[in-house]
Amino acid sequence: MTPKQRRRIAFAGALILASAGAAALVLTALKDNVLYFYSPSDVQTKHVQPGVAFRIGGLVAPHSVHHGDNAGVTFTVTDGAAAIPVSYHGVLPALFREGQGVVALGALSDTGTFAATEVLAKHDEKYMPPEVVDALKRSGRWKEGAQ
Amino acid sequence: MTGEIGQLALCLALALSFVMAVSGIAGSRSGAASAQAVASGAASGLLVFIGLAFGALTYASIVSDFSLLNVAQNSHTLKPLIYKISGVWGNHEGSMLLWVLVLAIYSAAIAWSRRGGERLTSAALGVQGILAVAFLLFILFTSNPFVRLDPAPFEGAGLNPLLQDFGLAVHPPMLYAGYVGLSAAFAYAAAALITKERDWVRAARPFMLTAWIALTLGIALGSWWAYYELGWGGFWFWDPVENASLMPWLVATALLHSALATERTGAFRSWTLLLAIAAFSLSLIGTFLVRSGVLSSVHSFANDPERGVFILAMIVGAIGGALALFAWRAPSLEGGASFEPASRETALLLNNVFLAAAAATVFVGTLYPLALDAMTGTKISVGPPYFAITFAPIFIVLLILVPFGPRLAWRKGDLSVSLRILAPALGIALVTAVAILAFTAPRTLVGAGAFAVAAWLIVSSFIDLRARGFKVIQASALASALAHAGLGVTLIGVAGTTLWRTDALEVLGPGETMNIAGYTLRFDGVKAAHGPNYDADRATVTVLSGGQTIAVMHPEKRIFPAEGQDTVETAIRTTIVSDLYLALGDQREKGRWILRAYVNPLAPLIWLGALVMALGGVAALWSRLRVVRPVSAAVPAPAE
Repeated sequence: MTPKQRRRIAFAGALILASAGAAALVLTALKDNVLYFYSPSDVQTKHVQPGVAFRIGGLVAPHSVHHGDNAGVTFTVTDGAAAIPVSYHGVLPALFREGQGVVALGALSDTGTFAATEVLAKHDEKYMPPEVVDALKRSGRWKEGAQ
Repeated sequence: MTGEIGQLALCLALALSFVMAVSGIAGSRSGAASAQAVASGAASGLLVFIGLAFGALTYASIVSDFSLLNVAQNSHTLKPLIYKISGVWGNHEGSMLLWVLVLAIYSAAIAWSRRGGERLTSAALGVQGILAVAFLLFILFTSNPFVRLDPAPFEGAGLNPLLQDFGLAVHPPMLYAGYVGLSAAFAYAAAALITKERDWVRAARPFMLTAWIALTLGIALGSWWAYYELGWGGFWFWDPVENASLMPWLVATALLHSALATERTGAFRSWTLLLAIAAFSLSLIGTFLVRSGVLSSVHSFANDPERGVFILAMIVGAIGGALALFAWRAPSLEGGASFEPASRETALLLNNVFLAAAAATVFVGTLYPLALDAMTGTKISVGPPYFAITFAPIFIVLLILVPFGPRLAWRKGDLSVSLRILAPALGIALVTAVAILAFTAPRTLVGAGAFAVAAWLIVSSFIDLRARGFKVIQASALASALAHAGLGVTLIGVAGTTLWRTDALEVLGPGETMNIAGYTLRFDGVKAAHGPNYDADRATVTVLSGGQTIAVMHPEKRIFPAEGQDTVETAIRTTIVSDLYLALGDQREKGRWILRAYVNPLAPLIWLGALVMALGGVAALWSRLRVVRPVSAAVPAPAE
């Protein structure tokens, strides 16, 4: 074997080892650490189990926001066809408003309330999170929901 | 008038870029001096006309010329001057114009420096010309910033207030200097394949370094902005847009290292070419992700599927064309010296393997959710836990190996000698780990490990410099020491903030207090305040420590009437060792507000480390442009 061939084999070997290692890590991580996105209708039809973390998205239902003690807040997320109550403890994003799109991260509690650990309103007045647009389209409420 | 001047300048620039592409490629044959001269002239002309177009748009924005749709949609008369200027690239059309402006600057730099000889320069200009044609067509047909609006409105719609910020005014030009700088490396690589010129790496190196420095600073600026502007206290969210800039950085870092070996001994010749192609391809993919609107992200302000398809076609064209050229011509560039298992080359090889693997994990984590959505309609997101499992371990192993690189000689090094020299660093790293376990709460093995690795990186950089002799520090040795030590500094910041942060959240009325990490925060009420284009609720919070007042802080909530949006303006008190970070929430009952406080230990080091890395890049660039390269080196040669 010439030194050149040896070098090539070493290089290819190292690359294969590293990619196998990386692939193993990636697959393990993807198995356990992926968050699904569900609309309120999905939550009802798919019977999501309590305690399983996922993201929920839709519109904040009008007149549903209630502030509790000490920075606690409850509101309802709706896609027009279904609605899920959400509870959250913390600072709501500056763009959080009734009638606007919202994405929350958390899990269902035993009572069927979505306990959010994070609430995102990563959009401006002209822009809706694509998942929310999609959820509204699927429930047939896109036009009225957007305006 | 400015609109028409800009439009005309863009059309002329398109014609010139076409000339540059054709004459550049034609001039890549030897003896085609006239074509080479035409390509160079076209590069200068391109810079003039794109500069003119960019100047026209900037002028229109400054004087609030709302007869231009772009200005009307993104500006406002009351906006401060700096944001009228930065607003030019705070929207889709303007940012694409900035992109081609940077492309034109790099093209002119290639033409004027004539590195690597006439033929290589000419071919590189040809490739840059093709890119310029594609991007100018993209601008003129899908993203024209000079579209008129008739009748012109009296007032503009304003700029997203989140973008009205100094950090984000500077972030895009920096990032683009990096992204597009990689186009120069790409152009030289393609030029090398066209002309079969083996010495392209030396010609391209200053461009690679410039791109890498800009990318490093650009990413750091973006992360710093997210930290102080978004009000969540975090510095990196593994958002697809952030990942889009991280991937080119990882591959560009691999490219810088691989190119060292190729330049010095001829090793990894094909691999370096592939990395140059990959780095720019990832820049294009980053542009696609951000500009096509496929992401649910704060950055996707403008979206339009037509644009996405256009950029996608460009990506396919660039990657496909470059890889076809590579497959056709790379075999004729083969060759290179052999090396022993314990050598600088092996170290660089491992560096590349780990960086490539790290980039691959980020790539999968970023694109897998998009692919899954496109194919099955299932929407998932991949968050920090994924990257903690995949990216972090790969990167930590890489960091542990880093100090060996500069200590090993080319071709045949001595591992035991290197270990002996680096032994003090290993000792200090172990002491650091024990000290962290003993003196910090909560106690974490991960934290002890991270600090040990950081100490190992920083101390061994110092040892490397000392071993070479402090009296005659070569800029290139200083470069590697700074870049590697900077990694350690950033690691300390990341570990400190992630593992030992504390946060508290309370609803406070005037005079009430809350406690966090040894501080007492007294809420002294909220007053109305007014900025040039916003109204604010401005809180006063007195910070007490041991009964003494140590600071008065003013977190704000701003309301921008023109844009109809609110922003959170955090207040941060930093002592380098730790940040006290306050964000004002909503008003609850009358006079009672939510106050969120974080103490982020060592947070400033995250960005300080990036600055040190960038300084390392500057040292390397300086050594390249000033020093005549030594022909051979008996001692372990300095890395960059």
